[in-house]
Amino acid sequence: MVAVLPSSGQTFQQGGGRRGRRITPYLLLLPGMAWLAVFFLIPLFSLAQTSLMQMRGASPDQGFVNAFNVANYTNSMQQFMAQYLRSFWYSGLATIFALLISYPLAYFIAFKSGRWKNLLLVLVVAPFFASFLIRTYAWRTILADDGWITTTISHLGLLPDNRILATPIAVVAGLTYNFLPFMTLPLYASLDRIDPRLIEAASDLYAKAFTGFRKVTFPLSLPGVVAGTLLTFIPAAGDYINAQLLGALQNKMIGNVIQSEFIDIRDYPTAAALSFVLLATILILVTVYVRRSGTEELL
Amino acid sequence: MATAGRIEDLHIVRVTKSFGAFTAVDDLTLTIPGGSFFALLGPSGCGKTTTLRMVAGLEEPTAGQILLGDRDITTSRPYQRSINTVFQSYALFPHLDVFENVAFGLRRRGVKGDDVTKQVTSVLELVELASLARRKPGQLSGGQQQRVAVARALVNRPDVLLLDEPLGALDLKLRRQMQIELKRIQSEVGTTFIHVTHDQEEAMTMADTIAVMNAGVIEQMGAPAEMYDLPKTAFVANFLGQSNLVQGQITGQEGDLLVVRVPGGDVRVPVSRSADTTGSLVVGVRPEKLRVANGNEANVNRVRGRVLDVSFIGVSTQYTLETPWDPERPVTCFEQNDEGAPDVKPGDTLELVWEYAYTFGLDGDEDLEAGTQFLGESSTDDEDE
Ligand SMILES: Nc1ncnc2c1ncn2[C@@H]1O[C@H](COP(=O)(O)OP(=O)(O)OP(=O)(O)O)[C@@H](O)[C@H]1O
Ligand SMILES: [Mg+2]
Repeated sequence: MVAVLPSSGQTFQQGGGRRGRRITPYLLLLPGMAWLAVFFLIPLFSLAQTSLMQMRGASPDQGFVNAFNVANYTNSMQQFMAQYLRSFWYSGLATIFALLISYPLAYFIAFKSGRWKNLLLVLVVAPFFASFLIRTYAWRTILADDGWITTTISHLGLLPDNRILATPIAVVAGLTYNFLPFMTLPLYASLDRIDPRLIEAASDLYAKAFTGFRKVTFPLSLPGVVAGTLLTFIPAAGDYINAQLLGALQNKMIGNVIQSEFIDIRDYPTAAALSFVLLATILILVTVYVRRSGTEELL
Repeated sequence: MATAGRIEDLHIVRVTKSFGAFTAVDDLTLTIPGGSFFALLGPSGCGKTTTLRMVAGLEEPTAGQILLGDRDITTSRPYQRSINTVFQSYALFPHLDVFENVAFGLRRRGVKGDDVTKQVTSVLELVELASLARRKPGQLSGGQQQRVAVARALVNRPDVLLLDEPLGALDLKLRRQMQIELKRIQSEVGTTFIHVTHDQEEAMTMADTIAVMNAGVIEQMGAPAEMYDLPKTAFVANFLGQSNLVQGQITGQEGDLLVVRVPGGDVRVPVSRSADTTGSLVVGVRPEKLRVANGNEANVNRVRGRVLDVSFIGVSTQYTLETPWDPERPVTCFEQNDEGAPDVKPGDTLELVWEYAYTFGLDGDEDLEAGTQFLGESSTDDEDE
């Protein structure tokens, strides 16, 4: 048995050839790379190009010409700074709420659910069976001014405006709800992977239940926390459906601005510039975040 | 914390553990002397891990008590017990480096700063890992991880250290080396070690006291040499080393020897080594006590048979014989190759002899096959590596 192994390894090396083995991974990458080039890099380049274009005439309707018009960036940023900051504020809040809701949920599913585990996981993803739009519309009904949630809470005197719909609360609630599975699933995956013997070992080494959680379970679930917060924060920051369906005019996010610049006003350079800034900011935030949380190696 | 004085005995008193309808540990009573190196030996699934987990507090007994000295710790939480475990799988914290893994228990008990450094460093030196203190467990070899696991438990100076087959994952050579090292560490720190294994050789080389466990109960307990010399049950006779066993009837007594009729002739068993003095008896002898007869022995037991197999193993030659005792159960003899092996071929008839004093007598109701199904369990493991 022992004698067979090394010799079989050798045959493999001779048969495959050293060069062949070095190239294989790149060959496997090829389709993915081609896909990325065609559907990501080229559009990204064209977006960059658009973001620097200049109007041909006095209105966007007359079309645009290639230029190096950096003013697109400065102007659009000045004009839409409020929506831009609001996007990060709302999506940041939604990420925190999603984390607070998802962590106990994922913890329960991973460690305490026993034979209900699969059912609960299905329930977590069940909302995906209905379209994102429909679900968000449903929240309009749920949070409607005469709905029981709003009336109950305002009876308790907790709502200054006596309404939830068309307030930041509704937008953040919608974002939190819509991206919850993206938080729960990676959290569950990282918690479920934790060897329960590690927790036993912690308790054997004088850690009470909560200390064991703080020193062992939580640090080991950090990759899930990082993945979950990214998967929630990034799409939430660019989202416009929730702000559009659940928010008021003064709750617009950067996604709404980009959407209306592209589709309604057709000011493509401004929309492209805004998209680019959003992309860059998210990239920087994510890099700083991943560095700070010290989980690069775990990701 | 072991106080300056003597380390306390661990008492397991009438402990039973059931999982649903299944009884994993059945009315177990055991006293483990403080400061001893105690081996719990038994086949897979006999309840060893369950016993350790109850001692560690990771599992609560269904019935019975566990006492450390005169303190009842049956229901105290794992973190309240001065007992630490070296887990079968090591269970090192993958996000902490070697130093922090070892410091974990100290920090939880409020040891601070320099004291932590001092104690961790000294225990890492004991296991010869001081130079690897900043490595993560994932960057260590199996043997190094195992030593970290020992250091992490040992640094707390527990009253009792539980080792659950800690050497199971190591290859034969490293395992032998670690056995010696663990034994050395134990004699240096003086803590009670309870070492679980299903490798009988490991148990015999390391422990002062062995308890052989089978199906949730202790079959026999004692010093390794004593148990090997005088097994009390067929299970122990077969599981701890090998034995030739035969069913017989006691027909009389000659001084301090019992005469037992077995198929093919009489054998004699010292009264002091027999479980019974009347009725039926299972007679046994270890294969290495047998030797090929040269015709001038007197006052020995004899068995004749047809040679089935001869295998030369260097220091000894192993003969397998079909005898009148039981044609289904061949008799095995390990003959030392000290004076040149006699020329014996399969098919030859051979007479084997052994001293009366090496014979032992077990209860007549014993199942001759008990424990044999696990034979070679540990050697199979060796080949896996
Ligand atoms: N949590 C549990 N639920 C049900 N049965 C269990 C549980 N833990 C152990 N058992 C059963 O109890 C018996 C004893 O298990 P235990 O782990 O103590 O065996 P062991 O002697 O340590 O075996 P090994 O040498 O293979 O580690 C086994 O038959 C096992 O299936
Ligand atoms: Mg076990």
